[in-house]
Amino acid sequence: MKKNGSLSVLLKGLLKENPVFVLILGTCPTLATTTNVTGAFGMGIAALAVLVCSNILISLLRKVIPDNVRIPCYIVVIAGFVTIVQMIVQAFLPGLYEMLGVYLPLITVNCIILGRAEMFAGKNNVGKSALDGIGMGLGFTLALVVMATIREVLGNASFAGIEIGFLQNYKIEFLVKAPGGLLVYGCLIALVYVITRGKAPLKKSFSCAGCPNAANCQTGTCEAPAETVAETPAANSEEGGAQ
Amino acid sequence: MDAFKSLLVILLSSVLVNNYVLSRFLGICPFLGVSKKLDQATGMGIAVTAVMLLATAVTWPIQYFLLDKVGLGYMQTIVFILVIASLVQLLELLLKRFIPALHKGLGVYLPLITTNCAVLGVAINNINDGYNFLQSMVSSLGVGLGFLLAMVLFSGLRSRIEESNIPKPFRGLGATLIAASFLSLAFMGFAGIVEKLFA
Repeated sequence: MKKNGSLSVLLKGLLKENPVFVLILGTCPTLATTTNVTGAFGMGIAALAVLVCSNILISLLRKVIPDNVRIPCYIVVIAGFVTIVQMIVQAFLPGLYEMLGVYLPLITVNCIILGRAEMFAGKNNVGKSALDGIGMGLGFTLALVVMATIREVLGNASFAGIEIGFLQNYKIEFLVKAPGGLLVYGCLIALVYVITRGKAPLKKSFSCAGCPNAANCQTGTCEAPAETVAETPAANSEEGGAQ
Repeated sequence: MDAFKSLLVILLSSVLVNNYVLSRFLGICPFLGVSKKLDQATGMGIAVTAVMLLATAVTWPIQYFLLDKVGLGYMQTIVFILVIASLVQLLELLLKRFIPALHKGLGVYLPLITTNCAVLGVAINNINDGYNFLQSMVSSLGVGLGFLLAMVLFSGLRSRIEESNIPKPFRGLGATLIAASFLSLAFMGFAGIVEKLFA
């Protein structure tokens, strides 16, 4: 049972609670770094590293940090790890550093990391938080790589920089540009909804609880959750009822 | 005259060509979250513009007169995010205390901006692009106005989506993202226009 619990903590990030396609967190890097597979993979791993480290530290400190100032504390912890990762990438992978550019420091404000700190690490023990970090990080990486594969193969006729011969004359260049990212993302969200429907957790339970600003947010200001709540749970409960 | 021209180029290109939301994907969360109604979209856009200007006015001197002077350039991310977060909190407190009417209109959006990647993004980008103080301020203004423009346009699109009959899997965020993709496609048409205008 115990093992089962840990395993499900680890695995839920991959599809059922995929941070990108189900929780809809971290949209900015998802769209920006998926023009090629290499950049997407690098971004995923960098975020994974920050996520695991910050989850562990925040979980260790969860009883020390006063509740009122927890968000600033979390941000400092996360920004610290981001700076470390940034320096490591700059030193050992300068090519990747160039490619990711400003999006590397912007991992700091990636909602996935703050969201998991708030949703999970602030409430659970160290082991589980680390597993959650690994699972969510892998889910994020997986989502980025899937999206980048679609965009790079169809848009640029290559995979991780290696050209694919027979597609050279059929590039859909639109896909590697900004609008293509939004289009592919929208379609993938719909696809994941079809795959997981009925089984995916209700967005309601995440929408506001998962938002780092939930405490400050007054009802009706932020409308994405309200809207998804209005749409999805109704649909989900229908599916659930049918099954 | 040349200086003025370069400022105008920075302003126009950050509003139209390099629109942060639609071509650089910064600040997508509030863009998707608060764009459902026109008045809220406008309020959020104005609040973001104000915070961007303020954040740049503070982070630019910090980078050049503090961090670079003492060789702590690598602390940029930590310092900037802390400064921005506390600035936003401070602004909210001040507005609440002294201009309650404005706080009522914009205050609710301020806490949501703390972790907005567009604000941190514009602060870092201004430094990376090597802009001087005036250019940085103009670029922040442009980015903010670009954000406002995208929000207002998109809230119009959103209200149409609400009324239409969309296949189930696409309901909610799927259709919203695809609509954003079309808006972004329209903005791609601006590419090159600024350089041609002032060539």
